[in-house]
Amino acid sequence: MSKTPIRLTVNGLPHEVAVEPRRTLADALRDDCGLTGTHLGCEHGVCGACTVLLDGEAVRACLHFAVQADSRAIRTVEGLAAPDGTLNPLQRAFWENHGLQCGFCTPGFLMLATWMLEQPGPVDEARLRHVLSSNLCRCTGYQNILTAVRAAAQELGKWAETAPA
Amino acid sequence: MNWTGRRLPRTEDPALLRGEGAFTADLAAGARAVRFLRSPFAAGRILSITAPDLPPGALLVTGADLEGVGTIRPELFRFNYRAIAQPVLPRERVHFVGQPVAAVVAATPEEAEDIAEAILLEIEPEEPVVTIDDALRPGAPILHAEAPGNTVVDGTIRHPDCQAAFARADRIVEFSLRSGRQNATPMEARAGLAAYDRATGRIRLTASCQMPHMLRTGIATLLGMAEADLQVVAPDVGGGFGQKMALFPEYPLLVWLARRHRGSFCWIEDRNENLIASAHSREQRHHLRAAFAADGTLLGLEADILANTGAFSCYPTTCGVEPLMALAEYPGPYRLPTYAARARALATHTCPAAPYRGVSRPVVTFGLERLMDRAAAALGIDPVELRRRNLVTEFPHVTPTGLTLDQASYVEALDRAAEAADIPGFRARQAAARRDGRYLGLGLAVFNERTGYGTPAFAARGMGIVPGYEVVDIAMTPAGDVEVRIGASPHGQGLRTTLAQLAADRLGLDPSRIRVIHGDTDRTPYGWGSFASRGAVIAGGATQLAADKLATRLRRAAARLLQAEPEAVTLRDGAAWAGEASIPLTEIARRVHQRSEQLSDLDGFNLAETAQYDPGGTFSNACHVAEVEVDAETGHVRVLRFLVVEDAGRLLNPLIADGQVHGGVAQGIANALLEEVLYAADGNPLTGSLADYLPPSAAEIPLIEIIHMETESPETLTGAKGLGEGGAIGAPAAIANAISDALAPFGVDIAELPATPARIRALIRNAR
Amino acid sequence: MKCPPFDYHAPRSQAEALALLARHGEEGKILAGGQSLVPTMAFRLARPASLIDINRIAELDYCRAEAGRLRIGALARHARFERLVAPGPTGALLARAAEHIAHAPIRTRGTFCGSLAHADPASEWCCIALALGAEMRVLREGGERLVPAADWFQSVFTTTLGHDELLAEASLPLLGPDWRCGFAEFNRRAGDFAVAMAVTALRLDAAGHVAGARIALGGVAGTPILAEAAAAALLGAPPTSDRLRAAAALAAEGFEPTEDAQVPADYRRDLVRAMTRRALEGSLAT
Repeated sequence: MSKTPIRLTVNGLPHEVAVEPRRTLADALRDDCGLTGTHLGCEHGVCGACTVLLDGEAVRACLHFAVQADSRAIRTVEGLAAPDGTLNPLQRAFWENHGLQCGFCTPGFLMLATWMLEQPGPVDEARLRHVLSSNLCRCTGYQNILTAVRAAAQELGKWAETAPA
Repeated sequence: MNWTGRRLPRTEDPALLRGEGAFTADLAAGARAVRFLRSPFAAGRILSITAPDLPPGALLVTGADLEGVGTIRPELFRFNYRAIAQPVLPRERVHFVGQPVAAVVAATPEEAEDIAEAILLEIEPEEPVVTIDDALRPGAPILHAEAPGNTVVDGTIRHPDCQAAFARADRIVEFSLRSGRQNATPMEARAGLAAYDRATGRIRLTASCQMPHMLRTGIATLLGMAEADLQVVAPDVGGGFGQKMALFPEYPLLVWLARRHRGSFCWIEDRNENLIASAHSREQRHHLRAAFAADGTLLGLEADILANTGAFSCYPTTCGVEPLMALAEYPGPYRLPTYAARARALATHTCPAAPYRGVSRPVVTFGLERLMDRAAAALGIDPVELRRRNLVTEFPHVTPTGLTLDQASYVEALDRAAEAADIPGFRARQAAARRDGRYLGLGLAVFNERTGYGTPAFAARGMGIVPGYEVVDIAMTPAGDVEVRIGASPHGQGLRTTLAQLAADRLGLDPSRIRVIHGDTDRTPYGWGSFASRGAVIAGGATQLAADKLATRLRRAAARLLQAEPEAVTLRDGAAWAGEASIPLTEIARRVHQRSEQLSDLDGFNLAETAQYDPGGTFSNACHVAEVEVDAETGHVRVLRFLVVEDAGRLLNPLIADGQVHGGVAQGIANALLEEVLYAADGNPLTGSLADYLPPSAAEIPLIEIIHMETESPETLTGAKGLGEGGAIGAPAAIANAISDALAPFGVDIAELPATPARIRALIRNAR
Repeated sequence: MKCPPFDYHAPRSQAEALALLARHGEEGKILAGGQSLVPTMAFRLARPASLIDINRIAELDYCRAEAGRLRIGALARHARFERLVAPGPTGALLARAAEHIAHAPIRTRGTFCGSLAHADPASEWCCIALALGAEMRVLREGGERLVPAADWFQSVFTTTLGHDELLAEASLPLLGPDWRCGFAEFNRRAGDFAVAMAVTALRLDAAGHVAGARIALGGVAGTPILAEAAAAALLGAPPTSDRLRAAAALAAEGFEPTEDAQVPADYRRDLVRAMTRRALEGSLAT
């Protein structure tokens, strides 16, 4: 099967790779770019473990072909921490609030929350639950993920208090 | 400084948060891809397997290639167990849809899948046995000649005085219940990477598993290879919940490939495979009959337990694990004078059953707690009061099945829960809502959770492979850091953190100086793994013992260096102290190793110790309270509130303990409302995607409130009791009781889980 | 679970896309958002030999109000409709439904027209298209046709769209302020496809009587369907609670439900009754 050369800009760095058209963006990131932080939990678009940002928008990397991302900018979990490994506020909130257990779904949740927190306007409880219901986690029962993202939103000045439901 | 008991963030997390975790699939670069060709029929005879022209480098492996490879055939020496065998790849017959029948190897996963798809697999279908009724039907096809009547386990406990209890009962409560089939659904599916090391001739199998040592022994035995030539590594494991305990045929096949072809072979299970062909659980039917006195005293219980355990028997626990746990633990936390029960495991042409968080206890608790609510209604006694009258209050207490309940807080937890739930306030809201045509319900579930049990408990089951103990090797390096090597193998529970906290306190060290090493048979002592809510209790106990032994040696060395008595030496803040005088532990470590002429006459040339721990077991306990609203028009259930009063003894790390409860409860809620593996009558699975099999999202799981009680166990070294499974055990029953309460005006009674909207609607419609 | 192989084409213009469609015929398939197509390919239930990716055709990316209709280009993504794309009941209905479409990271990619072309019977957009009387603008090399929604849906995942055709635009009427639109759907888990849904539109005259009524149901049959008898029963009288209830009952009886292991037919009828009534009541609540 013939391969197509493409150029992906991942976390600001260029990756020139050649892929079969059928190779998903998730597989290309993992196998061709060597960025294995993006995980595959279902490969049919339900679990969200593979969520990345494509030109600033959250997408399921398993539902996107790598060739479609040619010359586009992608952000993955590997791009969140500082180069020296220092966790960013969202990652730190996950750590402090025990927002992960096995850690397999975590990259997807981090990228989903990153996208949500970068959208214009504040986030409230309803929006938080609505957006985070996009991804599946099997360990945490979601409680500490919600707590972590809420804490990060507060720290980043993105939180809007609403009356409890 | 006491580290144990603190909400310490986990040392595991930063790497995982940076996307730098190492799950099996993350390590597969350079390996050839393996794809399993799986049976499309539930039952049938294999006529032929024909490959197209394979591209260069591709391989096809069938059962015919595996001459000399053994079968997976776990043993149980009690309860009329019939040992049945699972081939790594079958030669004659297929036994369930999804069973691997051949393996394809290619350069990439895409290519392997293309080839597998093009293979012509000729199977002559045979009549399948799919359901419990199918299996029991006279004249039904027999899956395994060794198991007549498709009955693989048939266990009985019968107290002679049970009939008499029913004869003198004022009220007999009798009903049947059904639990649907589930899949543990870890977010990381199974995965294995077998790599041949040409320099040593050894194989390293990296696998997403819960029991690396057991897996190594099992595979070496199957393949007839030296166990020393096989290293099994459990790297970061993306959840397991029991599903990753078993020895699955895919793993020996990978090791076989690596040996035969002297290379690296990787299989990354896809979600469809995981849903249809890994391991299922909980498909059970119970019939219960209970005798009560007019004052609510439980006089006796009869249970008939049927479990559909699928096509084969899981290794090492066997398919007896579900029915036999139900048989042994049905009495729960209640005083039960007499008991008669039969529990059977039935073979069917479906995916094999294996343990899943809670094993049978979610079903047992569903049965027992529905029984309490039904009996309360029948006797006209408040459900909380009826439970209170029957809960065990004096410890130790020996159950009618011979289990010893250690110190616990059954009544206290119930009372705390009832108070926190504000039942009178709820009843007022419920009445007001009903006037508006809204149906609120509140349900309780009281239960105990047998945890941290060692060898004696597993031996009592008659298992051919008896797990239980854990071994910990501890050593201080010459530079003064500590390595704790554990045989247990966590898969997301944070044991690295918890055990470091325990060791830190015994050694007077900061946990950051302690490394817990696990999941590598080359680097850890033989041990069992993480299952049965045992990590903190057993690996924790062994760690504490090992750390104590190391501390004793450090004190002895310090005493000489400080010219004090060893008894006068204490370890704290990274130093050994005798009065005002102190010496850093790093200095002691350096001297033991590098100035051994000064100290070696005391304890030799190193600071290494080993300890083993094999406790009898303990019971944690909890009371769950669910508040729900049922939409009577759609059958939809919304969980409005979920409260857990949990008593898991001493909490080693409350942050982690809470996380275990949250996760367990979420799985329990899903068990009650959402998740069910379904088969068509011909044995074809209907729930092969996450759009059909429904793990919950954040939108379905409410805020979970936790109140901890800490009745320290005298039966465990750390005072801790296990709690990993409890959330999943109590939640289904609490939800079922809450729905039944909500729909009491319709006379609806939940006797089947999951209580799907369609089922609830059918109950309401039929009741009207 | 890897997709079968295919050839990939990324035309830069509509004309180029149409030429590719003409060339590849039955073997070709348009790739827009891909949020339904790619999972279907991952399960190897679809295996197009060629994918024609229209994501780089800027001229298809629009959504604008024009001459009383909302014109939605082939690249308008679900997420766009979460904010009001037009004033009045049509834009509000679209916004209301949008948040029920799968999840946020699906909505950033999936397209309105792609949903109509895929024709999942449980699609929100398909149900709305039928309820409001959408019109599809279908192009092929050297040709164009307009297809009303009533003629568009043929059966499960099947429309009148030919292999060489591109659904370039769908348009919806921009309803006036005298219309009240309602939407209700039932699913078991957030973001999942609906087990049943109802889209309703009522026009009230000055006296408060129902002067126009449309009710469409989704997820309950092979295609979205109109509950015509139920809608007709509402005409000419005020939309009282009893009348809404009666219309919902008519809707529940007036179709042949699809059945599967998890959803028996009578349960689907229960849901249609509940969703229809809730959509109607919701539309009148403000």
